[in-house]
Amino acid sequence: MFDLKLLILQMVTGVALGSVFVLLSIGLSLIFGMLTVVNFAHGAYFMVGAYVGVYALGVTGNFWLSLVIVPLAVGALGLLTERFLVRPLYGRGIDYPLLLTFGLSYVMMDLVRMVFGSDGQPIGTPPGLGGAVDIGVGNFPVYRLFLIVATAIIVAALWLFIEKTRFGLIIRAGARDPEIVRVLGIDVSKAWLLVFGLGTAIAGLSGILAAPIRAVTPEMGIPVLIEAFVVTVVGGMGSLPGAIVAGLLVGIVYSLSSLYVPDFADTSIFVLMALVLLVRPQGLFGRAGLMS
Amino acid sequence: MLRNSVLNGISRHRVAAVTGFLLVFPWLMPYEALAVNVLIFGLYAMGFNLLFGYTGMLSFGHAAFLGVGSYGTGIVMVHYGWPWYLAIPAGVILASLFGVVIGWMAIRTRGIYFSMVTLALAQCVYFIFYKAESLTGGENGLRGIKLETIDFLGLQIDLLNPTNKYYFLLIFVVMTLWFVSRVLSSPFGAVIETIRENEKRSAACGYDVARTKLVAFVLSAAICGLAGSLRALHLSVVPVDSLHYLTSGQAVMMALLGGMGTFFGPFVGAAAFLLIEDVVTNITKYWQFVAGAVFMTFVLFFPRGIWGSILHWLRQR
Repeated sequence: MFDLKLLILQMVTGVALGSVFVLLSIGLSLIFGMLTVVNFAHGAYFMVGAYVGVYALGVTGNFWLSLVIVPLAVGALGLLTERFLVRPLYGRGIDYPLLLTFGLSYVMMDLVRMVFGSDGQPIGTPPGLGGAVDIGVGNFPVYRLFLIVATAIIVAALWLFIEKTRFGLIIRAGARDPEIVRVLGIDVSKAWLLVFGLGTAIAGLSGILAAPIRAVTPEMGIPVLIEAFVVTVVGGMGSLPGAIVAGLLVGIVYSLSSLYVPDFADTSIFVLMALVLLVRPQGLFGRAGLMS
Repeated sequence: MLRNSVLNGISRHRVAAVTGFLLVFPWLMPYEALAVNVLIFGLYAMGFNLLFGYTGMLSFGHAAFLGVGSYGTGIVMVHYGWPWYLAIPAGVILASLFGVVIGWMAIRTRGIYFSMVTLALAQCVYFIFYKAESLTGGENGLRGIKLETIDFLGLQIDLLNPTNKYYFLLIFVVMTLWFVSRVLSSPFGAVIETIRENEKRSAACGYDVARTKLVAFVLSAAICGLAGSLRALHLSVVPVDSLHYLTSGQAVMMALLGGMGTFFGPFVGAAAFLLIEDVVTNITKYWQFVAGAVFMTFVLFFPRGIWGSILHWLRQR
């Protein structure tokens, strides 16, 4: 029996799930677009964000305050990473920063285990965001609606920042031709530093945002990293609209397949990726030639 | 002069040199089970190194081939009662077939895209085997792979004895060493290195880059599949973790620690990695921290790896 209301409800669930993917792959894309670094520790920053958020929530008792603390703390961690670990590797081939951040994700996972233990951390739905509301096709959890709205606000803010500010101009120019930007007397390495910090801050923020709908464990960053890669391949690396469209698409495909073909829910997003690879290897919004 | 001739001699007879080392290797290890593990993971890292070190393609999904090799061998032994000498080729062939499919899709992309795509496709393989519970045992892994004695020309070899097992597995490793050495010194071996150095120029010289990459990918998958197949016989179970992302990462770590693009490096890297794991887990449970930190140190300061650095140092003096 086909139920249209159920289909729409499940699609909204997919959009909520996809919001997290959007945030993660925007961070990845931002860093890659500017620095041509693939951050394999992106999932680890996501995980650290969730842990810092749970901790801040425990201390302050205020979810909104922890939404401010997390990006600052995780972003600071990202700044340190770029300055001391990634920067020495510029000019040594594209694989080296990737390998380094991969090793870093091991270190970060065990550091979190040392501080918080290997078990998961409980986090309930933040006060004021619990329960469900009727959205016309059925009841929908308030927190997931909040996720969609929060993502929309973050993406809009980021878009304004990149398109309308002077610093955004430097980012866009630096992504196209860092050499010329340097010739114009702009300190590109400072921009790279800040972009890495910004990307990791968004990863941390998405960690605490996703924490109430995902289990908070030291390993939570691994599946998320892989999902973010799928989104990035589908959308096209370095493309912001690509990250948004592909993130929502992957979320919807996942939630629809878990409703209709639950046995293939986990593999469905990879099938989507494979299809995109066959038809458009550079991704839906990717520019051809960017890969080489 | 003498050093150069010794170095040249070793590199000319690299198969014999590595074989000689591996023959005495069990005596250098604290216990034999570790030597067996180094042998298997050295083979795994060698398969990975053929792709990463020689062809320049950084795959983050090689656990798929190790795992599929294990499952292939395990499934035909447990469910269909095949003997080991047919079960090993079955594992290798299944891994190669997965290599054809994954490689065919992944080589459409380059550079970091390739790493992300191989990682994602390997995760897909993980889910497929995880879900196919009736065949693979799902979360509990595939149990009941029995190989206790081997009848060889009327000789009963007891494989429960770790020394016997080591030398039994060594036979397969030496055959692979010889095979890889032949591949590397063939014209094909020269072409894959030109792809690593400059893909565009290689294509401009008239080589079919896509096909060469795919062949390298499948060869690499087959070798990793053999490693997986031997691992299934060694462990007598196939843990579902063998398909996990972190297992793919192990190949990357071992190949880089040992020295990518060197013939002996993968075994050095496997030994170093497993020794670190063995020693550190005796002191603290946070061995991943140490492994990750050591790996980062190598990426930053010794990208040639242990064996690669030694070779470089010897050649420079």
